[in-house]
Amino acid sequence: MSATSPAMLTTARPARPPSAASNALVFGWRAVLKFRHVPEQLFDLVMTPIMFTLLFTFVFGGALAGSPDDYLQFFLPGILVQTVVFNSVYSGMGLSTDLSKGLFDRFRSLPIWQLSPFAGLMVGDVLRHLIAGLIILGIGLILGFRPEAGVSGVVFSFLLLFAIGFGTGWIFIVLGLLIRTPVTVMTIGFTVIFPLVFASNIMVQPETMPGWLQAFVVNNPVSHMTTALRGLMAGTATGGEVLLALVAPVLLTVLLSPVTLWLYRRS
Amino acid sequence: MNQSAPIEDVSTAKPNGFLAISARGLKRHFGAVRAVDGIDLDVPRGMIFAILGPNGAGKTTLIRMLATLLRPDGGSARVMGHDLIAEPQAVRGSIAMTGQFASLDEDLTARENLILLARLWGFRGREAKARADELLDAFELADAARRQVKNFSGGMRRRLDIAASLIVTPGVLFLDEPTTGLDPKARQGVWRMIRDLAKTGVTVLLTTQYLEEADQLAARIAVIDQGRKIAEGTSRELKAEIGSGFLHVALAEASEIDRAATLLEERFGNTVQRSAEGAQLSVMAGTARQANEALSALMAAGIEISDFSMGSPSLDEVFFALTGTPADSAEQGEQKEAAQ
Repeated sequence: MSATSPAMLTTARPARPPSAASNALVFGWRAVLKFRHVPEQLFDLVMTPIMFTLLFTFVFGGALAGSPDDYLQFFLPGILVQTVVFNSVYSGMGLSTDLSKGLFDRFRSLPIWQLSPFAGLMVGDVLRHLIAGLIILGIGLILGFRPEAGVSGVVFSFLLLFAIGFGTGWIFIVLGLLIRTPVTVMTIGFTVIFPLVFASNIMVQPETMPGWLQAFVVNNPVSHMTTALRGLMAGTATGGEVLLALVAPVLLTVLLSPVTLWLYRRS
Repeated sequence: MNQSAPIEDVSTAKPNGFLAISARGLKRHFGAVRAVDGIDLDVPRGMIFAILGPNGAGKTTLIRMLATLLRPDGGSARVMGHDLIAEPQAVRGSIAMTGQFASLDEDLTARENLILLARLWGFRGREAKARADELLDAFELADAARRQVKNFSGGMRRRLDIAASLIVTPGVLFLDEPTTGLDPKARQGVWRMIRDLAKTGVTVLLTTQYLEEADQLAARIAVIDQGRKIAEGTSRELKAEIGSGFLHVALAEASEIDRAATLLEERFGNTVQRSAEGAQLSVMAGTARQANEALSALMAAGIEISDFSMGSPSLDEVFFALTGTPADSAEQGEQKEAAQ
């Protein structure tokens, strides 16, 4: 038995209560720590998009766009959108894990801003999108991708990617709150996301598709996002394209953030 | 929108009599299941108070309501002088909750978990680290401070879990089944820590399925079953009501059970309980001497005994004595808990 015991603990109190912002930052710090302790998750994040990039560029690229170089120029912005949309699933899975382990019970019994855990999830999301996005962009640059709008084009593209990730993140947060098994969150989430990502203009332009599918692809929010991102990278984006890309993220936020709050507080 | 409550010092909290918890008619149902069905509770400050009951009795629901995690459907309660419904943030500022499952981040180290919580309470960088180290020392976890929690044993996890509840010394500490799933040695360690804590003036409200645990730790015990309180008192009072000296007898021949039961009932004037398997009897026997005489009488009547013991009543026997019916079966109970 050691010399100390709980009986000898001092009663400590912080000088002043924390602000909502500092609570949120602490949860963000937690997300960063997770990256340090579970670096494998980065592997999950970027492996699929890297494989996709290589496969589509070198195997299908020539057939689809005349040459692998031309195809990469077309495809890379799309794969960035796909990566961000898919990677939003990790927030939901993390949330589901926290809830099933009872960790949220502890957070909820603390005198903190009740929504700060979600703010922390968002911080983790932005980090994930940034890291995965930079890796994929880096590989693209090595392979010959050239963003014609230069650095500012890339910066605006990443800002749009964060907005997209923020919007889709709500889908998985709601699923995470509803479902207590992380793997089920992933399965259900992907079931929704897969058709949206593949029936879009990420890989090919819709002209050769049957009419009914073209109608879907043209109106698919993922297509709007991809079009806007291509435009931003090339320096040809119109304000209308960017606004159209933001419709879905804004709608998701407006609709699902109150649902999230309600689900969180309903118990 | 800063909803952070002012963190008040426990010692200067406004006095409300001397009660840490005062609940009246608390109710919560899940669909048709009345998990908590009108419970009154008065817990004096600085006391270890146990809520004893089988699985599904409503213990967890009750403690979650008092810790602001669940909204009651009816009734009212004050915790450390704050109204549970009207001032939940103030209640949160004066309590800590350790749930049934370790509420820790498995991917982080022990120290990081404590620093995280210390920062959430408002400690800044260096203060937060100092507080984490102090707690790790006090709970004999300093050696494991930099290991990820997922590699911890059940006992270490539980200790860290309790340490995490003491970042800011709470007025009331809620412990939901603090030793369930621990081996006897780890259980002793957790008991010792709870006793040490109570010496610092912290009020402890714990739930347990074990009569022995309630008996060992708590100054007062409330027994609940099917969402209602069926008895309350000190351990001594409850034992006086239930009887402490239970004689358990196992017979060599199951066929002798009726004869043995009749003999014991005549001798003690108490109802004899038979085990489900059929060859075991339990009866409140009073003193060891009376029990000894009863065993002699059984043998004199030619009834062979394969084993016997004197001991505290089991939870089943407590419930039998208090309600006349056996405790809810564990299976049924778990279904109820799952519904929560």
